[in-house]
Amino acid sequence: MSVILVFLLVIAGFAGWWLSHQRLTAKPWLEQGLAGDFVGLERSALPTAKIGLGVFLAVVGCLFSLFTSAYFMRMGLPDWRPLPLPRLLWLNTGVLVLSSVALQCAVIAARRGQTDMVRLGLATAGLTALAFLIGQLIAWRQLTDDGYLLDSNPANSFFYLITAMHGLHILGGLVGLGRTSIGARTGARPQRLRLGIELCAMYWHFLLFVWLGIFAVLAGWAATFVSICQRLLT
Amino acid sequence: MVDVTPADAVPPAEVGEMELYHPHSWWTKYVFSQDAKVIAIQYSATATAIGFVALFLSWLMRLQLGFPGTFDFITPEAYYQFITMHGMIMVIYLLTALFLGGFGNYLIPLMVGARDMVFPYVNMLSYWVYLLAVLVLVASFFAPGGPTGAGWTLYPPQAIMTGTPGGQDWGIILMLSSLILFIIGFTMGGLNYVVTVLQGRTRGMTLMRLPLTVWGIFTATVMALLAFPALFVACVMMLLDRALGTSFFMPAIVEMGQQLQHSGGSPILFQHLFWFFGHPEVYIVALPAFGIVSDLISTHARKNIFGYRMMVWAIIAIGALSFVVWAHHMYVSGMHPYFGFFFATTTLIIAVPTAIKVYNWVLTLWRGDIHLSIPMLFALAFIVTFVNGGLTGLFLGNVVVDVPLSDTMFVVAHFHMVMGVAPILVIFGAIYHWYPKVTGRMLDEALGQFHFWVTFLGAYLIFFPMHYIGLIGVPRRYAELTDMTIMTESAHHLNSFISIMAFLVGFAQMVFLFNLIWSIRHGRDAGGNPWRATTLEWQTPQTPPAHGNFGKELPIVYRWAYDYSVPGAKEDFIPQNVPGSFIPSREPA
Repeated sequence: MSVILVFLLVIAGFAGWWLSHQRLTAKPWLEQGLAGDFVGLERSALPTAKIGLGVFLAVVGCLFSLFTSAYFMRMGLPDWRPLPLPRLLWLNTGVLVLSSVALQCAVIAARRGQTDMVRLGLATAGLTALAFLIGQLIAWRQLTDDGYLLDSNPANSFFYLITAMHGLHILGGLVGLGRTSIGARTGARPQRLRLGIELCAMYWHFLLFVWLGIFAVLAGWAATFVSICQRLLT
Repeated sequence: MVDVTPADAVPPAEVGEMELYHPHSWWTKYVFSQDAKVIAIQYSATATAIGFVALFLSWLMRLQLGFPGTFDFITPEAYYQFITMHGMIMVIYLLTALFLGGFGNYLIPLMVGARDMVFPYVNMLSYWVYLLAVLVLVASFFAPGGPTGAGWTLYPPQAIMTGTPGGQDWGIILMLSSLILFIIGFTMGGLNYVVTVLQGRTRGMTLMRLPLTVWGIFTATVMALLAFPALFVACVMMLLDRALGTSFFMPAIVEMGQQLQHSGGSPILFQHLFWFFGHPEVYIVALPAFGIVSDLISTHARKNIFGYRMMVWAIIAIGALSFVVWAHHMYVSGMHPYFGFFFATTTLIIAVPTAIKVYNWVLTLWRGDIHLSIPMLFALAFIVTFVNGGLTGLFLGNVVVDVPLSDTMFVVAHFHMVMGVAPILVIFGAIYHWYPKVTGRMLDEALGQFHFWVTFLGAYLIFFPMHYIGLIGVPRRYAELTDMTIMTESAHHLNSFISIMAFLVGFAQMVFLFNLIWSIRHGRDAGGNPWRATTLEWQTPQTPPAHGNFGKELPIVYRWAYDYSVPGAKEDFIPQNVPGSFIPSREPA
């Protein structure tokens, strides 16, 4: 359970930092009125939708940390036989990076007001994300063809389960991206469009980050890294 | 009355108005509503309905335990199904949904001075997914093989094996699917509760001016958002074990002479995931109760809450600590003694902030102008019950005491006192307190007195004897104990007594339900602020609050939520939206 505890520690650190700016030592029974001290204690200047997405991403992060925790605990049992990852995953990773970059380009273009670049960026991001999903399906296919079935070993089960969860999150993101793209075509208000693209980009970068994390875990580098750290400490 | 519309004292608003969704038809107003108040009522009604199913199941269990062998239709399998569904419904589909989905939806926007939740559409979806989860759960009663009888903790391997009711039928699949749906629905609602507290607060409403009810619900929601994924992961993995033959949790096992295809899985892994959710869940239910009870006591004792800051810090501390105590539910799983020592220590440390809260409630009452209204009676009963249940928690938190007691009725008595009866008492108190705001009418006082005394005394007559039964060693989870030497004649008598009391307390809940329905039309007219309370929900221009909550202008907050009996002021309460210069003093200067 160490992975999830580390993740929660990060969340707790963030919450603590935020709370420390909220004057929790105030004595509200002595303070009346709308004094100037309250500046910065009210709502954040960030758009509400961004904060909402941030909270949601914390929940998603929690979910994948728990899968990783379970992965490491199950891995310690004797019947664990790691499966060889298909080479294709490297290509898929590259495609997902490309998707994130394209969306970041769309964000920059939206800030500059370049509508054509926005549309191009959104379309590229959507297509590359779709390509990533298809790539993952092909990787599954290769594994099943080689006889690495879902129920034949826990390492396989975890591989399919975690990649499926990640894929589902990408799929959900594509719905949001689709709606934003429709907005970009039909000429939504620039302010709103920009926010939508920024939200998509935030989600995309986060899912890329999650993918890099689970790729490292599934490939076994994370376990190697942890064992090196443990040896250094002891 | 204090003048609550100080028009000329309002500085120009800096907070932009939110875009509010306006319903166009009867359907979007009352059924597919995006108004948090309607969603709250939908959540509460659904949770109460399924809660009565769970109450009925507890009656059936008590029939069997109190009068073993008398009722042929309660087979051991059926008994396990009753236990499982009773526990699961009460903990998740009733308590969690009612506190967060019900009270959270109704009170958060009104108390922080918002027009609605920040994402109303997602909020609406949250309810419908919750309803779907409840329907899937109910469907398992009608599925072939009936609902699962795996115990509410659903421990593998037994949960998905042939001997367990529903293990190889539809029961466990529907249970796990329902939980997955519940978690998805809750996450949608939870995002709303958290972000509304962060971003929906009106001008002047700093975090340290929030009523403790909002603090409790807010912290509980944050915890739930971080804890429910653990249950989600556990459910998904068990579903795969059951449906697709993976071995996440299932060890190599021989069932009825047949070697199953599972091998090498770890049931302990499930326990870790389950309790990583399960322990925070206790506080997900308790923290809103703590918050609400603080407000009830302060309002009905006409006194400011003692140690507001400590109360806030204690809520945060309890929320954080509750994530590092989960393994105290697993002392008997054979863990390393040092782990047991660590988790026993953290468990006992939680008693510190909790005790601070209890002291502060008692000190709030000290020399207060205590009105023994029904909400206050329930709040006082909560304090007593919570202390009683909490003290046996200190027993069970120690490994050496827990190991012999873990499988006895003592544990059942403990968690029913601390996690069942105590939060339910708060829910009742809160309903009596806020019902006038929701409907504009008071609940009937005489029926309320009856409901309170029967529920409070009855709950003690049920659960106090249960501690003794547990101490003499009567195990839990058994449908029939007649032939055991441990079941002395007196233990049998106690069991019958407990059962009769359980029927009586259950009957009192029917009276309460009648009161809820009857008073909608026939209750005494309540007016806008019958308890003379300070918080914003009582200062709305209409009662029940109209769409958009606060009329034309959002209220502005000038003070904290507990200005009761302020020296020099004419009234014994000053609402949060009254500026300093508008308080009528006792003697005009």
